[in-house]
Amino acid sequence: MARHTVHVTVNGAALVAEVESRLLLVHLLRESFRLTGTHIGCDTTHCGACTVLLDGVPVKSCTVLAVQTDGRNVTTVEGLEKDGKLHPIQEGFMQEHGLQCGFCTPGMLMTGYALLERTKSPGEDEIRHAISGNLCRCTGYVNIVKAVQHAAAKLR
Amino acid sequence: MSTPRTSPEIGGMGHSMKRKEDPRFIRGQGNFVDDVVLPGMLYMDIVRSPFAHARIKKIDTAAALKVPGVLAVITGETLAQYKLHWMPTLMSDTQMVLPVEKVMYQAQEVAAVIATDRYTAADGVAAVEVDYDPLPVIVDPFKALEPGAIVLRTDKPGKKDNHIFHWEVGDRAGTDKAFKDAAAVVKQRIYIPRIHVASIETCGCVASFNKTDGKLTVWMTTQAPHAIRTVFALVAGHVGLSEEKIRIISPDIGGGFGGKVPVYPGYVIAVAASVVTGKPIKWIEDRMENLQADSFARDYHMDAELAADKDGKMTALRIKTIADHGYADAAANPSKFPAGLFSIVTGSYDIKTAFAEVDGVYTNKAPGGIAYRCSFRVTEAAHAIERMTDMLAQQLKIDPADFRLKNFIPPDKFPYKSALGWEYDSGNYAGALKKAMETIGYAALRKEQAEKRARGELMGIGISSFTEIVGAGPSKHFDILGIKMFDSCELRVHPTGKAIARFGTKSQGQGHETTYAQIIAEELGIPAAHVQVEEGDTDTAPYGLGTYASRSTPVAGAAGAMAARKVRDKARKIAAHLLEVSEEDLVWEPGKFSVKGAPQKAKTIQEIALAAYTNHPPGMEAGLEAVNYYDPPNLTFPFGSYICVVDVDRGTGEVKIRRFVAIDDCGNIINPMIVQGQVHGGLTMGMAPALLEEISYDESGNIQGGSFMDYLVPTAVETPKWETGHTVTPSPHHPLGAKGVGESATVGAPPAIANAVVDALAHLGVRHIDIPITPEKVWRILKDKGVAE
Amino acid sequence: MIPASFDYHAPKTLPEALALLGQLGDEAKVLSGGQSLLPLLKLRFAQPAHLVDIGRIPGLDYIKEEGGVLKIGALVREAALEASEVVRSRYPILADTAAVIADPIVRNLATVCGNLAHGDPANDHPATMLALGAEVVVTGAKGTRTIPITQFFTGLFTTALQPAEVLTEIRIPAPPPGSGGAYVKLERKVGDFATVGAAAFLVLKGGVVERAGIGLTNAGPMPIKATAAEAYLAGKKADEAAFAEAGRLAGAAAKPGADRRGSVEYKKEMARVLTVRALRKAAQRAGGK
Repeated sequence: MARHTVHVTVNGAALVAEVESRLLLVHLLRESFRLTGTHIGCDTTHCGACTVLLDGVPVKSCTVLAVQTDGRNVTTVEGLEKDGKLHPIQEGFMQEHGLQCGFCTPGMLMTGYALLERTKSPGEDEIRHAISGNLCRCTGYVNIVKAVQHAAAKLR
Repeated sequence: MSTPRTSPEIGGMGHSMKRKEDPRFIRGQGNFVDDVVLPGMLYMDIVRSPFAHARIKKIDTAAALKVPGVLAVITGETLAQYKLHWMPTLMSDTQMVLPVEKVMYQAQEVAAVIATDRYTAADGVAAVEVDYDPLPVIVDPFKALEPGAIVLRTDKPGKKDNHIFHWEVGDRAGTDKAFKDAAAVVKQRIYIPRIHVASIETCGCVASFNKTDGKLTVWMTTQAPHAIRTVFALVAGHVGLSEEKIRIISPDIGGGFGGKVPVYPGYVIAVAASVVTGKPIKWIEDRMENLQADSFARDYHMDAELAADKDGKMTALRIKTIADHGYADAAANPSKFPAGLFSIVTGSYDIKTAFAEVDGVYTNKAPGGIAYRCSFRVTEAAHAIERMTDMLAQQLKIDPADFRLKNFIPPDKFPYKSALGWEYDSGNYAGALKKAMETIGYAALRKEQAEKRARGELMGIGISSFTEIVGAGPSKHFDILGIKMFDSCELRVHPTGKAIARFGTKSQGQGHETTYAQIIAEELGIPAAHVQVEEGDTDTAPYGLGTYASRSTPVAGAAGAMAARKVRDKARKIAAHLLEVSEEDLVWEPGKFSVKGAPQKAKTIQEIALAAYTNHPPGMEAGLEAVNYYDPPNLTFPFGSYICVVDVDRGTGEVKIRRFVAIDDCGNIINPMIVQGQVHGGLTMGMAPALLEEISYDESGNIQGGSFMDYLVPTAVETPKWETGHTVTPSPHHPLGAKGVGESATVGAPPAIANAVVDALAHLGVRHIDIPITPEKVWRILKDKGVAE
Repeated sequence: MIPASFDYHAPKTLPEALALLGQLGDEAKVLSGGQSLLPLLKLRFAQPAHLVDIGRIPGLDYIKEEGGVLKIGALVREAALEASEVVRSRYPILADTAAVIADPIVRNLATVCGNLAHGDPANDHPATMLALGAEVVVTGAKGTRTIPITQFFTGLFTTALQPAEVLTEIRIPAPPPGSGGAYVKLERKVGDFATVGAAAFLVLKGGVVERAGIGLTNAGPMPIKATAAEAYLAGKKADEAAFAEAGRLAGAAAKPGADRRGSVEYKKEMARVLTVRALRKAAQRAGGK
């Protein structure tokens, strides 16, 4: 069928949308659900500005169809803060100047968050490797690494 | 300035205050142009030319108009009715908004589809059928200048060639003589190819024209909202747009780097569509459109020569450049400088005579070419002089560090009048270089290199000691389309001692909401946390020329300081009134006036602010505010020394940066954390063109590198672990002694890396390699020299 | 960046998927990880009328060793292969390969079987599977058939998969004692396709090569098995001289096209250099180092 109803849990909230088959997940989030924290930076699946978690795993939401998320869980940057309390990954970025223009930041936060869910003390090279699917033009990555390490220390 | 004058609570200059803009970005609550949604908003998408040069025979919109949800297709013919199909560029050339007769570069805008949603607009674009008649293509600027070459700009009556401008500066005769008399000369053709800023957010706008009150509001990715407003008023005044009824809002911008300064056809078409329909029109380009059609950077072919006497002192520099501007000169230079500030090309060296000339040329490529953190062509100039310096050192068999130390302008010669007409404000080049050498352990590295060389291992050390020129600029010489390049601050202190400061610049990540607040805090002692900074809305911000070419701190930052000082002057009068003393009896420290000899008799700035509204002196106006339009007396000259260590893989030709030390001097530092972040980012945008990035064209004008598949933006894995440090040599003419730093690293890094690779291969007889230094380029050299694995 | 319209189907079982594919014929494409297919759709390089998503079918994401064979199911993601204990310890060449495909985020969705089924000579697993002497299991409405990997790639973006067939399993023989493999990729940056890639698998006995498998990535219109180099190595002492000659033969077998990643000459030379490096690493692993 060319249109489907998608039931997807986004940041813990059960949402519904009627969508075209071809609707990309990133547009479902940004336009159907008005969660504009997830950004679009390219058209060839390189930049990672669109990174969200699908069932806890980072994916590039520009290369996932909305219909593929039916019955599943999506977490976006808007879902990191809980009850007014920032997640350590968000604190880390702020404390270590891990962002400048802020456009790649949501993708970096989601990738960093997922990394710290699986690794307690990632080293620098491990962090650089984990974020190698997320491009940044402003920071030169040095402080992003520090931000993730700051968050790791807070979480330990 | 080593220790800050203010406390951390006040957060004036020198404090690494955390950024005030961060809270929204880390929550995904930034307000970027594509986040803007208005009731009834329509979407625009653009049909683009597959050909680099072709006559348009027919644009068939029938199939597109049949797609449900497609409302209109706009062509050049549509716009021609309103005389909007051509527009002026910032360099007083003209470029097409939409073509009527022919297209002149691949990916040029050909038609625009207006539809109810983004997906439908894309379907509409796919359904537009265009018939083209291909024409011969010119992509080589040298061929474009040959007699008999076809004339590209047939729209210009009487134009018989593809030459755009000739610009020259310096003493041609004196320089020619110095070369004749020189003991040593090096000469090299240096080509810096096209690159693209590729900020992670592409360009776009939401144009909203209200038919009832005739007001146009445009949310736009622009670094210079006021200039845009005035340009729109001038260009579209004849269709009813009037400057007081144009509001440009530059909201959060996801990186600019110069790529968001020009007026792109997409903006103009969206505005026209909104005026005609009375509905908001959103246009957001995708990445391939961005890379292929937006303002490019560089594309300079430089023939450089450097001369020295028998003692190894540089005596003369001669440089002739062919500048490939694409089919229109849409660069964003100050109007009297078609080659930007290229004449900084004598760099950090005391060169007595120099001559530089630049000729701009038309080709069948996207128009432009000022962008990518270049400070108006300073990247090109610094690359040339730093490469030539190394080349001359190599020829004279002098260590490149020693050669630089020998030739630097010494500190006691500042302010220094360069042979090409600039007055450098201050500098301590040897200080920066020595600090870099010490930090990286230069002597030990040279020893290691000798040992490795003996074993056939390839290791190189490259130095770049650049001088930047930023802060455009003094009204005597600088204007854009006639508008002088001042900048502004409007500062208002509220009754409860908090403040709002609005500026004519526009941050795209540089942290102005924090650093400008710190300037106000420095001057008034109001905590930076209490100073609200705004930029980017032309309805409220004072007129300014925007943020690019590292001009914000030098110009708008100065305006902030001056406005704050005006406020402080009034505050002094109010304090005198409150304390019942004369102004001369008052002593100022950040945040309060006290009576000389009786420090317990004092009034805080907060108390003074309240008094300005509740108890101001008779005869004085209430309120506590000031405006300053700052006309800088000179540019500023940040500088630095960078040292890069590379190892070359003899099998693949890959270059690995083992270490990179950057010592920057931007004068007095407002926020060390933010300055360091600017350097990290700039270094990465310097490494990228040195090793990875290039946009090129084949002979048919097909773009190569027009997507992220082939336009190689570095990831965290390719990016080295930058090591940074600084020296502080204040600017004597800037109110805060600050110089600006945003682009220094993009200027200084490429030649450091290029010099390192050449140095790794110098013992094989290699003198020069053009960037990007790809593995294959290096491998070819290794193969030719018989040392490939 | 917007695909053309299509119909989307999400069958819950493999027979249902195969029946759909049978019905829809060449108007349908299989969607598994989607990290090769969806980018093509977004650029409108492909405009299938139907997508059949096999991602909902349970039981296809296994990695298991049984009966002397490593079996990789249709929905095993590259990230899972990279992280798998049995792969890292007994088939490190597969972990080498997975680790350099695209980037870590794409690898969370991209599937190993998809990397073969797509038929792109620029994909990395084909060379490794060629070096390992793998087989693929292909399932259609009529049942399964097993195809040796040497017969699987038939042309540019073309494989032995018939319409309405799905690649459901990869089978790799368990490594004999004294064997080792490695994959080396030359890429301009993380996320790029290979300028060239080389996979080497060696079975050594007493320092002598019993058999060798060498595959090349992005070195021609199809993934390349460097048969001359393999034949040369059989019976030779696994030393630098042998690796150098094998590399030379592999380079000669490469038929790359010129593009922004390099000229034909450079790529052929890199095929040689990388084959030598892969052989060295394979020999080290075979020797238990």
